[in-house]
Amino acid sequence: MDRVRHEVFRRRGSGNALIGLILAAFVALIFGVTIVKFSTTGPVEGFDHVYRPALEAQSQ
Amino acid sequence: MTETTWHEAEAGAASADLSVPAPPSLQDYLALMKPRVMSLVLLTAAVGIVVAPIEMHPFVAFACLVCIAAGAAGSGALNMWWDADIDAKMARTQSRPVPAGRVEADTALALGLGLSILSVTMLAVFANPAAAALLAFTIFFYAVIYTVWLKRRTPQNIVIGGAAGAFPPMIGWLAATGGLAIEPLLLFGLIFLWTPPHFWALALFSNADYTRAGVPMLPVVVGERGTRRQILLYSLILAPVALAPAFTAIGGPVYLLTALYLNAGLLRGAWQIARRSPSVGAADTFKVEKRFFGFSIVYLFGHFVALVVDAFLRGVGLAPDAWLVLL
Repeated sequence: MDRVRHEVFRRRGSGNALIGLILAAFVALIFGVTIVKFSTTGPVEGFDHVYRPALEAQSQ
Repeated sequence: MTETTWHEAEAGAASADLSVPAPPSLQDYLALMKPRVMSLVLLTAAVGIVVAPIEMHPFVAFACLVCIAAGAAGSGALNMWWDADIDAKMARTQSRPVPAGRVEADTALALGLGLSILSVTMLAVFANPAAAALLAFTIFFYAVIYTVWLKRRTPQNIVIGGAAGAFPPMIGWLAATGGLAIEPLLLFGLIFLWTPPHFWALALFSNADYTRAGVPMLPVVVGERGTRRQILLYSLILAPVALAPAFTAIGGPVYLLTALYLNAGLLRGAWQIARRSPSVGAADTFKVEKRFFGFSIVYLFGHFVALVVDAFLRGVGLAPDAWLVLL
């Protein structure tokens, strides 16, 4: 009985470890692509809460 | 193995021993994803990316290839889920995980659907929606149009269904450029026209299998003689299409020489097959047909590897200054 239980948990454990590895690789893939896309895209400019008259002049 | 069965094992009767059936192994899951098909898909998609005129960052290209491989794996699992009943009847396929009982059909379905959805979604994020849409269409084409609809209904199953295997270089090209051109269409044509002679050669020496399973492959429906003629006919159409990329921007001397050599071999093999009678084929256990089948795999890999070599030569400045670009 104990041997069976031990074997069942051992098999489940190795399966879970594999799923964990795949998930970790998936996260690493998304992280890597994010870093690449940020580093290859030009500077990102967002609204910075600072009044810039130059932008207003351009729009007129 | 179901949870219930595992719980039964755990609850385990006193007589229980270690003969509890093993849960699916990593090899079973890998087999479910059709690794040979996946390797072909990966190679052709990678070539689509490498020869495209817009360079991709290597890591993004790698991520896209992972998505395309996952899509191929998903459609392979869906195919095995649906075809488990006929796979069990054929010697070539009866040891596959689902018919052999190592993986449950529901697991194959869940894996297939999960991988398909995930791969399309991630390709849209990593590359662009157009590439993702074509990947989604490819999975749909293989799993539904070919597997569910055509395979058991018409001897043209391989001809039309071959399109599914021909899309990957277009997906790769789309991922890199966001658009299409004559070159990826020719690569599509190369795989599309290669598929029928490749599978009909297999069908000639696996005829008994397909007959037993009731799959209307060409030899089952029109007989061996007709199939042999069709192999020659498709090879004759394939050869010029396979040569055509040599005269596009992705072609080069390596591709031209490789294509000339491989297509001469293809036509020679197809001619030999067409000339043989069914009785001669059966007498020598289909040696020529088996050799042609093996050669056809080398044929396809050879063309795509040659394209990569030419792209490399262009990259390091060793390609000829002027190349005859007609298309």
